[in-house]
Amino acid sequence: FQYASNCIKTSKYNIVTFLPVNLFEQFQEVANTYFLFLLILQLIPQISSLSWFTTIVPLVLVLTITAVKDATDDYFRHKSDNQVNNRQSQVLRQEQWMNVRVGDIIKLENNQFVAADLLLLCSSEPHGLCYVETAELDGETNMKVRQATPVTSELADISTLARFDGEVICEPPNNKLDKFGGTLYWKENKYPLSNQNMLLRGCVLRNTEWCFGLVASCGGTRGCEAGAHVPSCPQIFGFLVCMGVILAIGNAIWEHEVGVCFQIYLPWDEGVHSAIFSGFLSFWSYIIILNTVVPISLYVSVEVIRLGHSYFINWDKKMYCAKRRTPAEARTTTLNEELGQVEYIFSDKTGTLTQNIMVFSKCSVNGHSYGEHGGCTGPEPVDFSFNPLADPGFQFWDPSLLEAVQLGDPHVHEFFRLLSLCHTVMSEEKSEGELYYKAQSPDEGALVTAARNFGFVFRSRTPKTITVHELGRAITYQLLAILDFNNIRKRMSVIVRSPEGKIRLYCKGADTILLERLHPSNQDLTNVTTDHLNEYAGEGLRTLVLACKDLEESYYEDWAERLRRASGAPEAREDRLARLYDEVEHNMTLLGATAIEDKLQQGVPETIAILTLANIKIWVLTGDKQETAVNIGYSCKMLTDDMTEVFVVTGHTVLEVREELRKAREKMMDGSRSMGNGFSYQEKLSSSKLTSVLEAIAGEYALVINGHSLAHALEADMEVEFLETACACKAVICCRVTPLQKAQVVELVKKYKKAVTLAIGDGANDVSMIKTAHIGVGISGQEGIQAVLASDYSFSQFKFLQRLLLVHGRWSYLRMCKFLCYFFYKNFAFTMVHFWFGFFCGFSAQTVYDQYFITLYNIVYTSLPVLAMGVFDQDVPEQRSMEYPKLYEPGQLNLLFNKREFFICIAQGIYTSVLMFFIPYGVFADATRDDGAQLADYQSFAVTVATSLVIVVSVQIGLDTGFWTAINHFFIWGSLAAYFAILFAMHSDGLFQMFPNQFRFVGNAQNTLAQPTVWLTIALTTVVCIMPVVAFRFLKLDLKPELSDTVRGGPSHPVPSYGLGGPLPLF
Amino acid sequence: MKNKKSSASQEAETRPSRCPDNSAFKQQKLPAWKPQLTIASVLSTFFLTGAFCLSVGVSLIVAANSVREIQVDYSDKCSNCSKLRENSSNWNSECLCSINFTLAEDMLGDVFMYYGLQNFYQNHRRYVLSRSDEQLLGRNVDVQNSYCAPFAAYKNGTPMAPCGAIANSMFNDTIDLFYNFNSSVIQVPLLKTGNSWWTDKNVKFRNPDSHNLSAAFAGTARPPYWHKPVYLLDEEDEKNNGYINDDFIIWMRVSAFATFKNLYRRISRKGQFTDGLPAGNYTFHISYNFPVTKFKGKKYVILSTMVWSGGSNPFLGIAYLVCGAAATLTGFIITAIHLKLRKKKTYFQRR
Repeated sequence: FQYASNCIKTSKYNIVTFLPVNLFEQFQEVANTYFLFLLILQLIPQISSLSWFTTIVPLVLVLTITAVKDATDDYFRHKSDNQVNNRQSQVLRQEQWMNVRVGDIIKLENNQFVAADLLLLCSSEPHGLCYVETAELDGETNMKVRQATPVTSELADISTLARFDGEVICEPPNNKLDKFGGTLYWKENKYPLSNQNMLLRGCVLRNTEWCFGLVASCGGTRGCEAGAHVPSCPQIFGFLVCMGVILAIGNAIWEHEVGVCFQIYLPWDEGVHSAIFSGFLSFWSYIIILNTVVPISLYVSVEVIRLGHSYFINWDKKMYCAKRRTPAEARTTTLNEELGQVEYIFSDKTGTLTQNIMVFSKCSVNGHSYGEHGGCTGPEPVDFSFNPLADPGFQFWDPSLLEAVQLGDPHVHEFFRLLSLCHTVMSEEKSEGELYYKAQSPDEGALVTAARNFGFVFRSRTPKTITVHELGRAITYQLLAILDFNNIRKRMSVIVRSPEGKIRLYCKGADTILLERLHPSNQDLTNVTTDHLNEYAGEGLRTLVLACKDLEESYYEDWAERLRRASGAPEAREDRLARLYDEVEHNMTLLGATAIEDKLQQGVPETIAILTLANIKIWVLTGDKQETAVNIGYSCKMLTDDMTEVFVVTGHTVLEVREELRKAREKMMDGSRSMGNGFSYQEKLSSSKLTSVLEAIAGEYALVINGHSLAHALEADMEVEFLETACACKAVICCRVTPLQKAQVVELVKKYKKAVTLAIGDGANDVSMIKTAHIGVGISGQEGIQAVLASDYSFSQFKFLQRLLLVHGRWSYLRMCKFLCYFFYKNFAFTMVHFWFGFFCGFSAQTVYDQYFITLYNIVYTSLPVLAMGVFDQDVPEQRSMEYPKLYEPGQLNLLFNKREFFICIAQGIYTSVLMFFIPYGVFADATRDDGAQLADYQSFAVTVATSLVIVVSVQIGLDTGFWTAINHFFIWGSLAAYFAILFAMHSDGLFQMFPNQFRFVGNAQNTLAQPTVWLTIALTTVVCIMPVVAFRFLKLDLKPELSDTVRGGPSHPVPSYGLGGPLPLF
Repeated sequence: MKNKKSSASQEAETRPSRCPDNSAFKQQKLPAWKPQLTIASVLSTFFLTGAFCLSVGVSLIVAANSVREIQVDYSDKCSNCSKLRENSSNWNSECLCSINFTLAEDMLGDVFMYYGLQNFYQNHRRYVLSRSDEQLLGRNVDVQNSYCAPFAAYKNGTPMAPCGAIANSMFNDTIDLFYNFNSSVIQVPLLKTGNSWWTDKNVKFRNPDSHNLSAAFAGTARPPYWHKPVYLLDEEDEKNNGYINDDFIIWMRVSAFATFKNLYRRISRKGQFTDGLPAGNYTFHISYNFPVTKFKGKKYVILSTMVWSGGSNPFLGIAYLVCGAAATLTGFIITAIHLKLRKKKTYFQRR
């Protein structure tokens, strides 16, 4: 069995392999292979209708640019690899990271990076504990505890460690950071291993002097990569082949009818014996000529434009959060234009809509609710000066709670004792009294801080004890067990032994779970507390219920023994543990409830209102409970009182859910019927009819669905029903959902709606959703950077989303569409001229233009103006996009570049090519210079057509450019100037003297362009090509203006965005 | 200076480094011109364009109409010669042919004589390629490596000079013009030089360097269809012989389309022909060498005068007239549509 080396290698190349490997990779791209194939065709003399350099110049250019980009990327990867690989680690001998091997035993010291996945053997702390920070892996900055297996934790000195000969059987390295399974075989015993015993590569050791670990696996990366996609245009290739076939048939017929007779002057090539074969060859020749409809530069230009848009996102000062010092970041460059087409937003709630800064705001203790803002006491926060350990940042507004503590109310004391004991927070005391808490979740931090300020200060913990200062007295509790929190249990408990020797279980958790586990005698108190809970949740607060239970010494002993056995069990360990936990957390006594406020982020309601006006449907997917979610929904204007109805689906069974969904749909239809669109569909209530009816629902509805109902709704036979219902609603809130369900909901919409979806979230639980949606947006916030790492775009505040979509997305989409339209137009106009010429040159694949013109047309003469338009164009100023959210709609409906628009640009291109060929044809069929000399020669014709083409497409880009910055001016005029400069240079004597066979057009420019006839031809072509476009554009603007046309020159104050027919600013 | 420095460093300290620059470029706030299609600009464009096109069209047509041109198809008229040429074994036998025509009006000014060919595909890809510009520049090249095949060299290895299908198929009829004046026949003096482009004559075509031309072309052979070697194209004029022969240069400038005319001679304006060709009876004496019947082609001889826009091609003038009319008409249509629509709008707005 081969173990991987510990040397990590994220880089792909080295100096020797770079060229072949990089080229190999680049040619795996279809486009590049296609152009290589063309190049090979061009090397066959019988086929070659163009010199090989017309293809190789752009191809080499593209390959070089890509290679340079890859090389720089790889250089930085090499650098970071080297930095990681050369970190020092102690392997009982000094060694560099990359040389660490499986089976080595490594010593780690405080604040060192873990070099490889280690099995923790022992540490400086008692019981083989050690603390790690996993920020590099999952972005969470809090510390986590790891513990060595008891058998190895005693191996404290080097000599015994060196003799350690255990064998570890474990799963291969994988991406699951929170799961690990394996067994240690040592001294004929086997010991189970879990994630608790492992130190994963990339973690940092904290608060631990040293520890020893056995290298279990090496290397491996735990990153994620975002995919990219390249546009491909199969229709165009179909078109290309069609043209080729037509011309090939033409060639065969021509050679058969005319070419045969013409053989005295022009014999067929060697090896060509029939007209059919000649036609076959000319097919390939024409493929070479006509391939410029999709030139290589298209792919490059698209990438450049996307990159430009990404930089504009990164540079945007209005998306920079000064508080967090984070600018917005476009982490992928390929999705910018899709930002302008989003129809569904899936948002997390906590940390995304809200700040995820938890504030302990209310509590209910023993049926008494504290925390109301006393109306008359004024905004004076409670004074905590009695407590030297209080956190000065904490504020509470109800003094009665502090009075209750100071009066010694036992319920209140027990309440805060629970808060100070039942948690997984770590404390750090830098100097006496200066306490810092590191909490896994902000909720816990808020609760422990609250307890601290009310005099129950959590001071420090060891694996077996917790020290708390209770109103100034230091009390150390013996920590007997921690019953962990997880998403299924939704609660956590600790079992502690007080200094008096009493064993007590403290538990806190979600109300739904915990209220069921209370002792029945508590009923009255439970009712009062439930009322309080509902009240809190109604205000949008996050609630937890606290309960405790005394345990008999004998019972505990028995239970602890069973727990030990269960945790040693080789299989179904988790199940058995869960059952044991379940058993002990029963018949508890209610202590009270806490309510934590999660404040809305700045500008969230406004953002949601604007996005809703932009016809974007927002679905909130949250793990919070229904009441909290609904209230956040109200406070951020997703749900409003104007709504006709808010449907709540809470069914526990398939039938219930189905029934609830059906009722919701019926109500919506009743509603729209009563609104009076007047036709009855009583009799045809089949679900297929429903679909079409639901599209046109009148009135505003919202849907709230619960996690367990959602589970049923997402089953295969109901998902369509659910989706139809949900999509008919203005707003959808899914509460109590798991990360998997979040992804499933996104997947569902993706599957049935041909719409662009965007998921936004901040936490690890949103990663699946962010990855599933077309566009993932990560909020760089409190909950680490995992969401950001998985995302395509990241910024630090939800409100930036409106700018990202309505300004950047909209512009990107607009620019990309305009770019593509123009690009296809200009290349069809350019290429189709060859097609028409084919009918006049015996279908011989003779090009109309000089080969240099063909080479340079797409990379010099016409590339920069359209790039400038694609990068800088703006149809309306940015503030208008916010004032008129309806401007976003064309993107969602993909109005600017669909099949129809594509066809129109191609038609315009073909129209231009017809005029571009036949007007000069009419002139040149019988033209002479004004001094009687030749003008109707091929070379003059080529120069005339090329010049008019460049002028026409330049005028056209001038028409298309709506926003002429200095750069646009420079590129457009510069391209024209470059064309003439290069034309004269190419036709100059000097170049011809050097390469007579290459520069055959010598003298052509000055002879041809000196003729008035030629300029009149060019002028006529330009007028005829451009004027109809101007007329059509103007009539469209005049008769059917788009909203953006109306807004463009309109007043700056917002008018209702529903009316499209406002007065036109024409004069 | 000091002040500036300290304030700059202060700024650098206070400003977070990750904050994007507040430049117009990065914030997409560059000053820009935002042109819009307004009714005023559109209409003025259309009417101005219309007026421009109409006036250009009129002047082009006036100019083209003043051109005097006469065109004689002689491929049918010299049917005996064309029959003779159909059999390629008779290539060496001479065939003469005379064609009479009458000028009803004087042709005043410079008169140009063209030969025209129909159905001759000079723009075929393989034809266009079949030449060696390096050879025509008088350089010593290995024609076997050029695109000249199959007219590059003879079987025995002697290279052809000039090589290639274009040179080989050079038009080789000779046409003379006679003026029948009062029963006497006067040969119209024709200029055979100065007909080609200056750059072609002086840059693109050069004879190989040597003390005399026949020595320069030693070791080469004439193309198979030629009657005489390249150094005998014009024995009278040293500067019109070899590769720099005007007829040859003009032939080598391949035409854009299969039907074309090339300048053959200019009327030398001296004696009776100082003002051009007077009205009367004329005769073309043609030595018929170039076979066209095989590829169903036709040959013409054309006499024409010139104006600023070239010869008598009416296409451009008509096209300009049509375009100008269309632009003006479109201008009116747009006005009509716009006015009608605006009325409607105000109507709606009042309600």
